[in-house]
Amino acid sequence: MTHLSMTEAVRTALAEEMRRDATVWALGEDLGRGGIFQQYKGLQGEFGPARIVDTPISEAAIMGAAVGAAMCGTRPVVEMRYLDFTLCAADELVNQAAKARYMFGGQARVPMVVRQPTGLWGNCAAQHSQSLEAWWAHIPGLVVLTPATPADGYAMLKAAIRADDPVILLEHKELWGMTGAVASEASGEINAVIGRANICRAGGDVTIVSWSKSLHACLDAAALLAAAGIEAEVIDLRSIWPWDRRTVIASAAKTKRLLVVHEAVQDAGFGAEVAATVAEETGVRVKRLGSPRIPVPFSPPLEAAFRRTAAEVAAAARTMFARTPNSSS
Amino acid sequence: MNDAHSGRRNEPAAERLLAHYRTMARIRAFENAAERLYNEKRIPGFVHLSTGQEAIPTGVCANLAPGDQITSTHRGHGHTLAKGGDAGAMMLELFGRVGGYCKGKGGSMHIADFSIGMLGANGVVSAGMPIAVGAAHAAKLLGRETMVACFFGDGAVNRGPFLESLNWAAVFKLPVLFVCEDNRWAATTPTASMTAGPGIAARAEALGIRAFSCDGNDVAAVDDLAGELARKVRAGAGPLFMIARTYRWSGHTSADAGAYRDPAEVARAKEDDPLERTRQQLMGLGVASRDLDGAVAAAESEMAAAIAAAEAAPLPAFADAFADVQDIGAPKMRAGAPA
Repeated sequence: MTHLSMTEAVRTALAEEMRRDATVWALGEDLGRGGIFQQYKGLQGEFGPARIVDTPISEAAIMGAAVGAAMCGTRPVVEMRYLDFTLCAADELVNQAAKARYMFGGQARVPMVVRQPTGLWGNCAAQHSQSLEAWWAHIPGLVVLTPATPADGYAMLKAAIRADDPVILLEHKELWGMTGAVASEASGEINAVIGRANICRAGGDVTIVSWSKSLHACLDAAALLAAAGIEAEVIDLRSIWPWDRRTVIASAAKTKRLLVVHEAVQDAGFGAEVAATVAEETGVRVKRLGSPRIPVPFSPPLEAAFRRTAAEVAAAARTMFARTPNSSS
Repeated sequence: MNDAHSGRRNEPAAERLLAHYRTMARIRAFENAAERLYNEKRIPGFVHLSTGQEAIPTGVCANLAPGDQITSTHRGHGHTLAKGGDAGAMMLELFGRVGGYCKGKGGSMHIADFSIGMLGANGVVSAGMPIAVGAAHAAKLLGRETMVACFFGDGAVNRGPFLESLNWAAVFKLPVLFVCEDNRWAATTPTASMTAGPGIAARAEALGIRAFSCDGNDVAAVDDLAGELARKVRAGAGPLFMIARTYRWSGHTSADAGAYRDPAEVARAKEDDPLERTRQQLMGLGVASRDLDGAVAAAESEMAAAIAAAEAAPLPAFADAFADVQDIGAPKMRAGAPA
């Protein structure tokens, strides 16, 4: 058990996997200089430019070459620099990587990881700030992971590299500096992080499900709610596809209230999938809290319109205790 | 490694040309069968026919070793057959039956045979190009001495992945032979009307990739050029580029009668039939016409047998739709499956 930042945790994970398996390599822009968030710092020195590969600014070729290389015996780790740039490689990800195995009748496997630095960070405006986990979750063939802690970043990158499916790793840019305890892989946590939610705080009054950076606002909100006498159960979904229906449904069935919170735009966000599933399975009251359906603006007071705070999460949870005409509780 | 090109220097010209003729006859017979099956509504979906373009995959793949790889296009039947694919498994796939190359999940547009290095037809124009450079990148990373031939059409040169893939292959000095099958039509639009500048070769040359052209309806010319370029690619020259000029006899798809084309243009193109040209060359080399007729008859009976077997084969089970999606988070079979 060591204490690492998110950046150190994922860098350690990649280095360990590259030492373990010579077919693992990483490709993307500026990786030799450490990557723009220093998540590859020092790796080219250890593994050389043939395995930590600096590429042209050619997202379609980065993604497409990774698909070809993954189908031919290697395990590429694709760096997209910002999630938003993945849209320049949408065909290669959605039509090629996700579908090759199926279309070719199982002849091919596409064991690749696509790292996408995600979300609000540093007033980067509309083309460098998005959260698109719902897009990827919609595509059969893809696995979608959203670590919220250094421990999960470490375990998820390792699990993603070892998986034979194409895996999207959404790394929130505001979490790079977060520190936390990281268990060594001998702890058995590596495979436990995919498809299994983590109950971060137990409570009996309302279930709050979130992931990535928003999880931390929810934990702060739970403290606010506790001060008001409401005990929230906070669940880090952490794996968007597959997602842990069982844990979420069991918690919602217990608390009778489900609030799903995410940084992505609320409309048609993955929270809708979680809420609808829980409503279908349990009939309990559900509520969503995501961002408004606007492009992410630049100026700090405008950007604040996109950001959901702990106070807003707590307020949203409190509304679920008010008696309304549609209320079931 | 088996270097097909250098090995053939001792091979009598007539024998090699006759082997080409057999391959081209198989492609022609397959495409004619596919067209007929579509018109008779015996197969689902659509097919993109490569009739008239048979010399290009034949001449290129004759210079590839079994371990070499190819990427293909939506018009890919000829590539698969020339690389050594099985017409029976292809036909089963066209029918969507058990035993098809893709277990009935891909159809004509996604035929692949990874066991022979055929990395897939592709439904998206130019999409095979980054996959080809990735396969070559993997070969380099793993220390394999194989090469990749990347087939694409003239329409692909206006897509971004064309530029990105050529640049990538040149930057990383990858063993790729880019093969542009210039059939002059991009779907239903004449490519020249939508392609600015001095042409396809100039685009490759601008990236420092030497580009060469040949008559794509002359299988010996394709064979010679591909052989020379493949030898250089294997020797570490980095990527090279060839343009083989041909003509698409059919419409864009089997549903397209091609009425937008001047019938005289199509008629002229059909007079430049790559099979007929090869036949004349072979007769000039003393090959008997009955041997050539025999090659055509053998190809036609191979396809007839493939059709009969495919029509007799079972359809896939409903549950198969849920297999081979992914290991992690695999779909559950939906309720209400038909009996």
